[in-house]
Parts: sequence; C-alpha cells; structure tokens
Amino acid sequence: MAGGIISRGFHGRRRPPAEASRLPPGQYLTRDFPVLSAGPTPHPPLDRWDFVIKGEVAAPRRWTWQEFRALPSERITTDIHCVTRWSKLDTVWEGVALDTLLAGVGTAADYVVAFCDGGYTTNLPLADLTAGQAWVAFAYDGAPLAPEHGGPARLLVPHLYFWKSAKWVRGLELVSDDRPGFWESLGYHNHGDPWHEQRYWGD
Amino acid sequence: MAQPIGTSRLGRRTASPWWVAEVVATHPETPRATTLLLAVPGWPGHRAGQHVDVRLTADDGYQAVRSYSLASPPEDGERLALTVERLGDGEVSPYLTDEVRAGDRLELRGPIGGYFTWTAAAGGPLLLVGGGSGVVPLMAMLRHRAATGSDVPACLLYSARSDAEIIYRAELDRLATAANGPRVVYTLTRSQPTGWTGYRRRIDAAMLEEVSGLPAPGALAYVCGPTRLVENVASDLLSLGYAPARVKTERFGPTGS
Amino acid sequence: MDTSDDAAVRLDGNAAAGPLQEIFALELTAARLTCAGCGTTRAFGADPAYMDAPGLVLRCAACGAVLLRLVHGGGRYWLDLTGVRCLELAEA
Repeated sequence: MAGGIISRGFHGRRRPPAEASRLPPGQYLTRDFPVLSAGPTPHPPLDRWDFVIKGEVAAPRRWTWQEFRALPSERITTDIHCVTRWSKLDTVWEGVALDTLLAGVGTAADYVVAFCDGGYTTNLPLADLTAGQAWVAFAYDGAPLAPEHGGPARLLVPHLYFWKSAKWVRGLELVSDDRPGFWESLGYHNHGDPWHEQRYWGD
Repeated sequence: MAQPIGTSRLGRRTASPWWVAEVVATHPETPRATTLLLAVPGWPGHRAGQHVDVRLTADDGYQAVRSYSLASPPEDGERLALTVERLGDGEVSPYLTDEVRAGDRLELRGPIGGYFTWTAAAGGPLLLVGGGSGVVPLMAMLRHRAATGSDVPACLLYSARSDAEIIYRAELDRLATAANGPRVVYTLTRSQPTGWTGYRRRIDAAMLEEVSGLPAPGALAYVCGPTRLVENVASDLLSLGYAPARVKTERFGPTGS
Repeated sequence: MDTSDDAAVRLDGNAAAGPLQEIFALELTAARLTCAGCGTTRAFGADPAYMDAPGLVLRCAACGAVLLRLVHGGGRYWLDLTGVRCLELAEA
C-alpha cells in the first residue's frame, strides 16, 4: 500500500522474522490463523457430503464422507502463505493426497477447477495437484477442521497462495481450457506462486 | 494537510484523502474503552452515525486499517471523538487504547456512510439499540439531538456486560434527566450491581416490546453492535411492525469474549 | 442463510463504504441495490459484507448471491458489479 505517516510505536501483530528465509517476498509472519471468507460458512450435513472428480475424465469418481475417510491419509506439516501477506509456519494438517484421489483417473485435461459449497471456485494446472503437492485436508492441528477454516474438508495446496486452498471443497472438474475461478477472474494472479510474488494480474 | 473537497448536488468528491488527525487527549471511558479526542484541520463535517477508517503504518511500511464510528456530533466541528474498545487479540485496538497519547498523529479516511446516519430533521420517534461499543454512533446521534435542542422522542436500549462497562454512563444519565432528554434503558448481561432492578439478559423481542412498544408513525430504529445482536434485534423489530426501510443496522463484527 | 459462525467475518455495507470511496465519487451506502439474482432491493448498508476475503464481497441479504466484488492491489482496482441489476441513488 502507498504512503502513510508512521504511527509511533505501532507494530501490528507480527513477530520479528527469525525465520525470514522461510518467508516469501512481501510476507509477514503470524502466529494466529486469520479467517478470510467470501461468504457465509456452509454446514453440509456429513451424510449428504460427497467429493466428486468429474469433467474430462474417463469415468467420474465420487466418495461419500465415509468412503473419503476410509482412504489412506497422511499428516502434513507445511508453511502457508496468504496473498493478504500473512504467512504461518509449520502448520499441521491431516488429509488425503490428491495423488490418491486422482489415481487411475483417465484424463487428457491439463487444468482443474475446484468447486465448493457456497459457490467458491479456484483454478489450477493439474500438474500443481499431483506429485505430493496437494491434499484434501479434514483435520488441522490435531482436530477436525473447523467450519470457519473450511471444514469438513478443504483443498490444501501450500506451494501456492492460500486462496487456492479452497475451503469447503466438494470436488474437482478437469478441463482442457483453463477457467479462472472466483478471485482469478477479478485481478488475482492465475497461478499464484508466492515465491515469485504472483499476487495480481500481470505480476 | 487538508485537501479541499469539491461537492455538488450528489455530494461528488474530487478526492478521497487521508486526513491527518492530531491526538489532543485520550480519556478512558471504561476499563476496556478509551475515547480519543482528535483535531482534524479542514474536516469537512459529518453526520451522526458516520464513521472513519483509521490507518496505522509501522516503520517497515506494514499497514492496518480499521473502521471506528465517530462519537462526536457534527456540532463539534473539527474536534472529533472516537471511542475504541480494546479487543484482547486485536491488532489495532490495543494500540489505540493503550499506546496512543496526546501529540501522536493518526490518518483517517472519511466521513463514511450515507445509510446509518440520523439528523434531527429526519424526525422520529427514535429507537436506538446498541450492544457494547455499538453505542458509539448512537451516542453521536444523541449528542447531535441534544445540541440541536430537538424534541424528537428518543429511547436508547443499551446492552452491556456490566455496570462498569457502560460507556458514557455519566453523560447518558445526565442526558436522560434533562428536559426532552432521551429515555435510557440498560440491560446488564453478565453481572449486575447489588440492588439492580433493571434487565439482566440479552435483548430479545419481549424486552424490545416493553421498552419501545409498537412503532408509532415515523418511527426510526438504529441498531448497532456485534453482528449477532444486530441481526437478532433487527429481526425482532420487523416482527414488532417496523418497516424494513425504517430499521437501520450497522454490524461491528464480534466483540472480545 | 447466515449462521452464527459468520459473526467473525460478516460485517455490512457500512464497512465496505470506505474502500469503495476510493473509486466512487458518490456515497454508496445510501444507494439502493437491486439483486440481479432474486430481484429484491435493499439499502447497500444493510447487505452483509465480507471484507477481507482477500477482496471485498457484498452479498444480497435475501438470497446470498454476490452483488459486488472489489479487489485492490498492485496499484490497481478490480470491480465486479454484475450481481447488481440496478443501483438507485437519491440526489443529495
């Protein structure tokens, strides 16, 4: 942001960057976990929740909550980076790898649109969701993922800005033509790599 | 320095500046709320109920912006008052309540808001319902009402956690006893002083009906405070017969627990 | 439509007025917006707003559809008003 007279003694909630090398450019370290939402928190009943892989695939896939939770899952410790400039280090999640969900899905599509309860969408190259880079996470910090943080399940793609880790995710649509999602269609960078500070269009 | 703002019939502005405000004094209202008295040369004036955005900049360029309602009425001119409640884990409010002192400068954007405003000319009767720091813009309205000598009937229903947390208590009691003063009703939701005979629960439809009765012609209601309180009260007022266009709301988000 | 979980992040059009003031010369909180989704009309200040989403999102209080979105960053603004069928402003 531009300008601004300095406010004597104001530091905000940030901590000195002892871990500066782990922070992408322009980020500040935070110890809390801000809630950012574009709409009301959905509360899908778990007996009606499902996760779907559809679109340009040989056969669509669908898991109920029980089926999803029966899949092999793993614990992930990772840093997360929000485009609003806060970063949180060593966050601990539990989730099902996208590699597991996409295993054997026949597709020639290169892109994915993640869709969510409440209507939010985000788009990514399929290549950013495979090879151990992404999960559908159902637990955070040892407890079931809270609704305001995306529970029952959210996408977790920590190598990109956190708006790509879509809360309340319900599935993926595989597409040949990239389709900008909710924020990507309104100024936010189509890819969103924090290490190249890809925040906005043209960055 | 102050930038001139052109105005037209539609209130068109030529610029949206950040005003530089100098803190003249700070004054604790309650253990958690502090009033900042500010001098803002060139302030274009405002209406009761409007707010400002306050911007703070750390020396490494980090910025935070928060909205605060103006507590001062338009009659106070370039002398503005903001009353800030400290949220325990807040990034900005503890700085404003605990650190800021006379001589400091703050940047403000405003005045902001064309919806949640009241001028004496708008008439009434007026029902003001506030929870916690939601009383701040309502106080600006009551101060404006007093300054203009308005005799529009007015009632403030104010929900606070305890007697000690009633912001502006002394001034409200004084206003209430003045000729044509507003009726002021408190509800204390967490603890009450010995001998308290007033309400001791969250605002509900029954309380609103007892306090305000059914809306008279011309009645206007302003509801401000935590999001949950505002939405519940607004809904109750519609059930009491207020027309939706006559119930104005301003949500402050959650309070500290 | 909204649940109590949202109290932490749900404000209203009054809070959105400040950022919108940066690009609009006219005060919007007094405007009446007609939702392109459900057709209901309401004062801007009364609609729920999500302020830091990482952009600003104003939603219809009746049907929840997105009325307006604003992103500000990198020296630019992006504004989407496709959720508003009609915007009515009174003369001052």
